[in-house]
Amino acid sequence: MTDLTRTAPIAVPATRRAGRLRAVLRSPSGVVGLVLVGLLTVAGLLSFTGLLPYDPVAQDPPNRLLSPSGEHLFGTDQFGRDVFSRVAAGVGSSVLISVVAVTLATVVGTLGGLVAGFFRGFTDTAIGGLTNVLFAFPPLLLALALASVFDRNWFTVAVAIAVVYAPIFVRVTRGPVLSLREIEYVKAATSTGQGRLSILFRHVLPNIGSIVIVQVTLSLSWAVLTEASLSFLGLGTPPPAASLGSMIFDARTLVEIAPWTMIAPGVAVVLLVVGLNLLGDGLRDALDPRNRGGRAR
Amino acid sequence: MLRTLTHHPVARRAAAALATLFGVAVFVFVLLRAIPGDQITAALGTEAAALTPAQRSDLEAYYGIDQPLVLQFFSWLGNLLTGNLGYSTRSHESVLELTLRSLPVTFELALLAILIALLIGIPLGMLSASRPDSPRDAAGQLVGLAGLSIPAFLLATTLLSVLASNFGFNPNGQAFAPLFEDPVLNLQQLLLPSLVLGFGIAAPIMRTTRTAVLEVRSNDFVRTARAKGVGARRLQVRHVLGNALVPIVTMVGLQFGYLLGGAVVVEQVFSVPGIGRQVLLGIQQKDYALVQSTVLVIAAAFVLVNLLTDLAYRLIDPRVRAA
Repeated sequence: MTDLTRTAPIAVPATRRAGRLRAVLRSPSGVVGLVLVGLLTVAGLLSFTGLLPYDPVAQDPPNRLLSPSGEHLFGTDQFGRDVFSRVAAGVGSSVLISVVAVTLATVVGTLGGLVAGFFRGFTDTAIGGLTNVLFAFPPLLLALALASVFDRNWFTVAVAIAVVYAPIFVRVTRGPVLSLREIEYVKAATSTGQGRLSILFRHVLPNIGSIVIVQVTLSLSWAVLTEASLSFLGLGTPPPAASLGSMIFDARTLVEIAPWTMIAPGVAVVLLVVGLNLLGDGLRDALDPRNRGGRAR
Repeated sequence: MLRTLTHHPVARRAAAALATLFGVAVFVFVLLRAIPGDQITAALGTEAAALTPAQRSDLEAYYGIDQPLVLQFFSWLGNLLTGNLGYSTRSHESVLELTLRSLPVTFELALLAILIALLIGIPLGMLSASRPDSPRDAAGQLVGLAGLSIPAFLLATTLLSVLASNFGFNPNGQAFAPLFEDPVLNLQQLLLPSLVLGFGIAAPIMRTTRTAVLEVRSNDFVRTARAKGVGARRLQVRHVLGNALVPIVTMVGLQFGYLLGGAVVVEQVFSVPGIGRQVLLGIQQKDYALVQSTVLVIAAAFVLVNLLTDLAYRLIDPRVRAA
């Protein structure tokens, strides 16, 4: 059904692409999203440079559960660790895991969709079958099952999330590729004797770029949510590394005496996801005006 | 006769669903075999190292893991088809018994969540669509964005701690009451979990409703109906919403996966003994027979819901039926 309703997007010259980037910046949601994501990413990056005010895993029992002050911006937790530094480190690891997961999912899924749609036949059936199997699992459950199998570290968590979201990239790219291969200039390239792989990468791939970009932003927000949920359930990056989900889990029992231990990581995760969602909405409106409104997740 | 049957779209969809389920079974089986260690180390822990070779091979024969993998797979599949889902080594009960107790709980939770989501999402979407780009629309969209962006576990823990500490409302602190034993307490206990899940899926339902209503409203037949003097309310409900239902139903079906995944989180936070918590407990306690069969049951439920969604819009939309 998608094959009929989705018409192939037309290739966009470089000048118009710059115009579309400006269109993202003109949409209020795009700007707010960009600012939120930018600020949080910078704060997260701090944790990889050692520029945080405190070591996010260093315990300081005499100073535990201090309320927010000039010294500890967001207070301290039950082990005396600085909550601000932990939130920044948590955002950093969340962004790192999500970016790696979505990059893996994008590369594998888009290649799968390209190959399936372009070569059809057995390849298409095989990739389609695998996609259907992965789609048969509720996303979070699949991530849980995968994360429980691996020896856990941040990279295996990213791989687990990537496996969950790769099939989406297969789905969104296969349809447009199917219609693109029937378009005149692709047929013309075939008749001039160009290799199939070169056609695939030079003529087909550039034309599904905008679909992929929009999907990447949306997937990033789901990946952040999935990573946080996994670590909340105890199946994310193992402690003592800071992770937003596990910080919220630990704060459950402290919320009455030290509400900041829950508010700080909670607000951080919500702002990060809101930012990514807004950025995704802005990009979608700028790149793909046909595809507004609801979506699956 | 057989030809027409195999070409019937419903039969073909059902066959595809069965093929997918078979793939799911293979996937789950391979996944759990990839875990280091086996049933013996899982059951005995470090003591497994103290087993003599004879004891070990006896145990392997007992668990059937001395058989070739393919044989193990088909014996597991055969057992599943005859209703034997295995035996949970931790709770000393059959997985079937555990599942029969937990699945209805999650099912009730999912139904309540969908109900709440529809009650929030559809009116909000129609409100947003009634005047696009107005403050009213912006407010609706904001609620939608919040639903998409607030993680279920955060909303659940916040609600639980705020309500319990400030209002003393914590029905989930008591032992879980099955629906048919104490319906009042049961609904109280499922209220917060289904609110959290419902809020999460209200957002995509709201967005879909808004888009669909805007699209339907631009059709000629709506103008014709208005010109004929159809009342505003009847026009909105019967002509506009009626035609916008197909994408909404599709979206509800798609959200079922989120619901089953979110159920893991919400059931855990509110101590609801549903199927999501069963999986999580299995994972935490390394009770692999439990995990393997429960994950398969959940995937089967999800595939079934997708199939039913497909069939549902054949009922709603005569155009799909004709095709």
